[in-house]
Parts: sequence; C-alpha cells; structure tokens
Amino acid sequence: MKKWIALCAAFLLCFTCVKTGAPVVQAKEKVTLKVYNWGEYISDGSDDSLDVIKEFEKRFPDIKVSYTTYATNEELYAKLRSGSANYDVIIPSDYMISRMIEEDMLEKLDFNNIPNFEAISEEFKNPAYDPTNEYSIPYTWGTVGIIYNTTMVEEEVDSWDILWDPEYTNQILMFNNSRDAFGIAEKLLGYSQNTTDIEELNAVAEKLKEQKIVLQAYVMDEIFDKMSSGEAAIAPYYAGDFLIMQEDNPDLAFAVPKEGTNLFIDAMVIPKGCEHKEEAERFINFLLEPDIGLANIEFIGYSTPLDTVKEQLGEDVLNDGISYPSEEVIANSESFVNLPTDVNRYIDELWVDIRASGSSSVWELVFLIVVIIGLGGALIVYLRRRNR
Amino acid sequence: MKKVVSKGYIYLVLLFLYAPIFVLIVFSFNESKSRANFTDFTFKWYQELFRDELIMTSLGNTLLVAVLAAVFATVLGTAAALGMKNMKKRARGLCMNLTYMPVINPEIVTGISMMLLFVYISHLFDWELGMITVLIAHITFCVPYVILNVLPKLRQMDQNTYEAALDLGCTPFSAFFKVVVPEIMPGIMAGFLMAFTFSLDDFIITYFTNGSDFQTLPVTIYAMTRKKVNPKINALSTILFLAVLIILIIMNVRQARAMKNKEK
Amino acid sequence: MKNKMTAFPYLIWMAMFIIIPLVLVVYFTFASEDGGFTLDNIVKISQYTPIFIKSINLAIIATLICFVLAYPIAYILSRSTEHYQRTMILLIMLPMWMNFLLRTYGWMTLLENEGLINKFLSIFHIGPFQMINTAGAVVLGMVYNYLPFMILPLYSVMTKIDYSMIEAAQDLGCNPVKVILKVLMPLSLPGIITGVTMVFVPSVSTFIISRMLGGGQNMLIGDLIEQQFIGSTYNPYVGSAMSLILMVIMLIIMGIMSSFDDDEMEGIVI
Repeated sequence: MKKWIALCAAFLLCFTCVKTGAPVVQAKEKVTLKVYNWGEYISDGSDDSLDVIKEFEKRFPDIKVSYTTYATNEELYAKLRSGSANYDVIIPSDYMISRMIEEDMLEKLDFNNIPNFEAISEEFKNPAYDPTNEYSIPYTWGTVGIIYNTTMVEEEVDSWDILWDPEYTNQILMFNNSRDAFGIAEKLLGYSQNTTDIEELNAVAEKLKEQKIVLQAYVMDEIFDKMSSGEAAIAPYYAGDFLIMQEDNPDLAFAVPKEGTNLFIDAMVIPKGCEHKEEAERFINFLLEPDIGLANIEFIGYSTPLDTVKEQLGEDVLNDGISYPSEEVIANSESFVNLPTDVNRYIDELWVDIRASGSSSVWELVFLIVVIIGLGGALIVYLRRRNR
Repeated sequence: MKKVVSKGYIYLVLLFLYAPIFVLIVFSFNESKSRANFTDFTFKWYQELFRDELIMTSLGNTLLVAVLAAVFATVLGTAAALGMKNMKKRARGLCMNLTYMPVINPEIVTGISMMLLFVYISHLFDWELGMITVLIAHITFCVPYVILNVLPKLRQMDQNTYEAALDLGCTPFSAFFKVVVPEIMPGIMAGFLMAFTFSLDDFIITYFTNGSDFQTLPVTIYAMTRKKVNPKINALSTILFLAVLIILIIMNVRQARAMKNKEK
Repeated sequence: MKNKMTAFPYLIWMAMFIIIPLVLVVYFTFASEDGGFTLDNIVKISQYTPIFIKSINLAIIATLICFVLAYPIAYILSRSTEHYQRTMILLIMLPMWMNFLLRTYGWMTLLENEGLINKFLSIFHIGPFQMINTAGAVVLGMVYNYLPFMILPLYSVMTKIDYSMIEAAQDLGCNPVKVILKVLMPLSLPGIITGVTMVFVPSVSTFIISRMLGGGQNMLIGDLIEQQFIGSTYNPYVGSAMSLILMVIMLIIMGIMSSFDDDEMEGIVI
C-alpha cells in the first residue's frame, strides 16, 4: 500500500512540474520572440562573423529569440495558413507580402517604434507590393542570375537557354519553388513573369518538363554545397548567395541573362497572431541599425536598401555589378506581383505535374498490375490449399 | 565453404548498414567543410557542436518529451492491458483494432490528422501548438507498443496466484502490486523502452505537431540538412552513435551476467 | 483483477487523439473551402495517379529487395550459435537506434557525383555514375532504412522452426528449392507478413527519403501530402483527400496480407 501511495505522489509531482513549468519562466518576464526567416539569411556568428541574434539578446536581456528557418515563400505561407504555428517576425518576398496583405494576414507596423526606417533609401519606400508602406520594411533586395563553374562551362553564359543545354546533362540545378522556376521559363519564352494567361502558363510548364531530362535536381539552399564542391556546373540562384559560394569556390562565375531577370525585395513584416508586437518592432528596428545591417549584408551577400549601410561598403562591392547591378540590368528586369488565387492554384498544380513527370507511367502501370495479379494469384492458390 | 559464404554475406550486409555511419564519423574529424576530401584532423566541430544552443536545447527537449511520453504511455498502456484482458472477446477485438490503428496507419497520416485536430482546438481556445501537443502525439503513438508488450505477459500469468494472494488476506491493491506487477514487469519494461526509443527517434509526427518554436533534435537535424553543409552534423552523428553503442553494450553485458547468475 | 474499467482512460484517449483526427481528415476530404459538401477534392486527385503508382511501385521494389536480402540472413542467423546470433542481431539493430535522417544524410555523401563511391570507382577509371537524385537512390534509401524491420520478424519466426522438418524433407528427396518453397516458406509465413508490412507501409508514405535522395524530381505520395499541409502548395482539403486514399490503399493491402495468416496479429511486433 505504501508503495502505491508513493507511486501516486510521484506522478502527481510529475504533473505539477509540467504544469508549473511555463509560469516559472513567465515570472521572470522573459519574452520569447519567434522569428521565422529564410535559411542562411542572417549573420549567425560562424566564421568569426557577428552573431546578430545573440547581440540582440544582449542588448535586450528580457527578450529571447527563437529563430527558425524556411526554404521558400510558399512554405512560409502554408505554415502560417495551416494555423499550426504563429510567428512574431517573418521576412517574405515582395509578391508574397502583397498576397498576405490581400488575405489580411499581416499587422500594420507602428513606425514610432522603428525610427531606423529613416535610413531606408527613398527608392525602397512605398514599393508596389505595399504601396502605402504600412506593413513592411525592406530587409534586402537582389536579382536572380546564373551561377556557373568556369572549369566545367567554357562558353560565355548569357542566356537562360543554357539551363536546357543537353551538353550539361545531369550538371544543371533548378529552383525548387514554383514562382522562381516559372519566372525563368517565362523570361526565356519572352512572356511576362506575372502572366496569368493559361496558354502561356501551359507552354511554360511544357518548357519546364523538357528541362527535366538535363536536370540533376531541384534545390533551394542545398545549392551551396553542390556548387561549392563542383557537384553541379550550372544553376540559377540569387545574386547575393553567389558571392558566398564564390568565397568557397573561386572558380564560380555569375551572369545575368540577356532575356532579363527577376528583381526581388525581401521585407520584414509582422504576421497576424503575433503576441509581442512591440518587441517584434524592436527587433526589426535593431536589424536596421547601421552596424547590424552591415554585418548581415557582409554575411549573406545580398544588396542592402539601407543608405547607412551602403555608405560603409567599399567601392569594389558597389561596382562589381553583382549585388548592385547596372541600370541596364535593373531596367531589363521585372518584379513578381501577386497573382489571382485561381492562377496561383493552377501554377501549384502545374508545378506538381512538372516534378512528377518524366517517368514512363505506362510501364509503371504494367508493373503494378503484374504485381497485383501475382499477389492475388498467390493468395487464391494459398487459400485453396489451406481449405483442402 | 558454405559457412564462409554465409558469413561473408552477413558481413556484406553489415557493411551496407554501417557504411554511411562510418562516413559520417570519419568526416566529423575533417578540417575542411568538404564532404568528399579529407584534409586534416580536427576536433573543432565537436567544440562548435557543444556551443550550438539550438542543438543543445533541441536535445534537452527531445529527452524531456521522450521520458514524459514513455512514462505516461506506460501507465496508460499497462492499465489498458489489464482492463482489456478482462473484456469479452468481441470488445477486446475492437480494442485491439483501435490499438493497431496508429501502428499500421502511415505515420504521415497520423501526423497530419493530429495537426488538424490540434489546430482546430487551438482556434477554439486561443492556444498554441508546442510541447504539449508534441507530448500528446508521442503518447498516442507510444501506448500501443506498451499494450502489445504487456498483454502477452498478462496472458502467460497464472490467474490463481492473484486469487491466492486475496485469499491469504491481501487487499486487491497490494495483491496487484505484490503479485501481478512483478509477473508482468518484463513486459512493462520492454514497452517503456520501446516507447522511449520511438519517441526519441520520431521525426514525422513531431514535424507536423511542433508548432512554431518547440524543436526536437530530429526536427533540428532536418532543418540542418536543408541548408549549407555544416560538419557539426557529422559530429552530432558520431556522438549519438557512440551513446547508443555504449548503452547497448552495457545492457547486453548486464543481460549476459543475469543469465549466467541464473544458470548458477 | 476482474475490472475492465482500467482500460477506459486509454479508450477515451485513443478516441480523442486517433478517431477524432481521422474523422477530421474525412470531413476535410468532403468539404469545400466555404464549408459545403463537395467531391471536387477526390476528383482532383485523379491527376496525381502517376505519383500514386510510382510510390506504390517503388515501395514494392524496396520490399522485394528487403525480402531477398533479409531471408538468407534470418535463416543463417537462426542456425548459428546463440552467442553469434545475439551479437549479430545487436549489430543489425544498432543503426536503427540512430536517427534515420542522419543515416540518410550519410548516403548523400556516398552517392554524389563527387561522392566517395564515384571517387573510389574513378581510381579504376570507371564512371562517374549518376546515382543520387534518381529513383534508384530512393529505393536504396528505403531498403537501407527499413531492412532491419524485415530481418527481425523473419529471424524471430525462424528460430522457432523445428529443423528436423527440413532434414526430413531433404531425406525424403526434396531438392533445396523445393525445401525452401514447400517447407521453409510456409513455416515462416507469419514473419514474412509482418516483415513485408513493416517495410511496405513506411516506404510507400515516406517523404524524407525521396526528398533527400531523390533531388525533388522523384515525388512520392508522402511528398504530395506534406506539401498540401505545410509545404509549397497549401491546400489541406486536397491533402486530406490524398491521406484518406492512402489509408484506404493501406487497408486493402493489410486485408490481403492478413488473409494469408490465420493467427491474430498480436505480439509479433518484434
């Protein structure tokens, strides 16, 4: 009997421990700020860089940052929409921000808490995706181009066409998200990157299906390894990331194709459901500080919308034509805008279809039928024998 | 000759099972970040690993959830097995089917269905997915394994010993703890261990139910494999492998000793 | 001891966290976005039939390979000395205790174009072969991860087989093939069924292996479902419909498998 009581006591103890676990933390009034960002998109302290998150926690000891990452805008959108998670600060791209504004998923910012907004360069204020500039503050911007390994590609790269070149079969990587992948094929076919024409979208999907024969893989941040190690020869990706890859592998080169490209802006926003809006705004403001902004830009290689950071950058960075492309390149590029919901859905379906295509489905069907017949036959034979 | 072939075959399969693990271990000592060239010997990735707060908190979370889930699942499952044993055949069959459901159902379906429920509840009560939901999910998929381990032991038990204890003046409670529990203890322990390890290793169900900031080790590892390579992941593999190896060796030695003692 | 009540907390628990969630899946399958009843979600899935076929096929192939690899091992082990058996089973189980994401990650290192296997082959001037990001790599990942699930049940059944039966069959003039087909296989049938189930179910629904080793080009049902919920094409209605269909397929296969076996399935999970 004593043992029984002891056991009960032990379990009760367990229960109370679990239950009181949370309030104990709250008693110290430490706020957890949930930041959801792209992978490889903040200076994280590796390779002697500044650890921005730690720096923030040091500055504001009552805030703890919980930092997690996603790989694509669509993944971020799904995670928010599914209702399984909520965050305090997220950094989507332009078209996704306008979609989120349209679907009432974002909080308006209180710019009184973000005085550093002043440092944002004029051309990035009131952008097309947030015309009244109430919801978002730009984090970085950049262009998409072709990264290639000069030891494996000897010709001059100037067109998206090379991503379809059979000469480089199994050495080509492609974006693993629908908007960027469609954008490339749309430019190559001479369409707008924001086309809503079903015929055009179908043609784009066909073009992307054709590409599968030469493709090694669809990737997002896995590209860093594959390009640095020489695993793949050619891949389209964001200009800033090229600079980071180049540090690991100097043979890499970058080109913006003549057909034009995508110009993107990633901006900080606060989603609905945020629990610590003021702290979130403090975090955003912190990222806009000149030295923090500089540390991030140097670490991630993207282009800055902050005048205060741009001033600190060397001439060589500003003139290399990669992070800060020439007027010509910018004039020749297009930004994504949000598409109507049914077009988004249609693109999603096409995108699944593209990635699932390529295998000879007739033979697969035959194989499956043969197996089913075989299994069924075995079952019948077995049952007959057992019943005998 | 036959023996050589059969032993050789087993060693080949073992090579297949261990090759990727050895590769991870070897490259955890590699100075450069490359996954293909071994440049120089270093311990620095281990140092970085222990300094990585995210990995360390995830490890803590994983252990906490595994212990709690295993304890709850064991209590719930043992009680359930005791009750089910006394049911009529049809009722028991129904319960068994329920028990097999999470075992046979694809993990991803269990994961998304629980996510749907948790999201629904969280809308109703202004509540968030996190440690509690992960814990509930883990208990749910662990309980069946406890039942499946305890039930056979209950069946082997001689019902008369319990009744004898009652006749000799034991209260039902003390009879239960003095007679029944020692008898089914091996089943309970096996169930507990299975629940613990399944919880420890689970990725898919956690992935769908963990909310925004409660990360277990497998979830963190998944996030790491999707980014720039970091040899910390190799160091982590090595340490986990060693931990498992040591635990298994200790368990095995103790088992062997216990068997020897019995023989004596 | 005659009390059934102790099972009730468990039954309530399972009703809440297994039955209700599955009811929700069914509800979402037949719900449209504005809350009405619709069959659109099911109809929409027909366009993904190739993915379903591919997943099932790859899982079948992986299961077959696992079976072919595991059967001799289980047989050899069941006939070895006890000490050897115990050590080997431990060695086979050991990798299972290490996180499967890490082990699959290890295969990425081995299979890449610049990876160790191709490096090794290039010494002999063979290759390089394209191994990673193919359907073959996905099957390899499945075989690798789930092989122990096939070995263990087969082994535990075979240790219980009375070997005098095999010797008797040999004495009566059976050739080895006949011994295997007529004696060994029927006697180890329960193990085969458990093993096949335990390999097939996780293989057909995986999304990690196809993602890590398939390079995003070899989509399986699991990837598809994951994408509808927290991946790149958010649509929980279609996602639920896919899950429901996957469950139905599973139930049919389970039904076929269990009709091979007349025993109750209790207690054969390891």
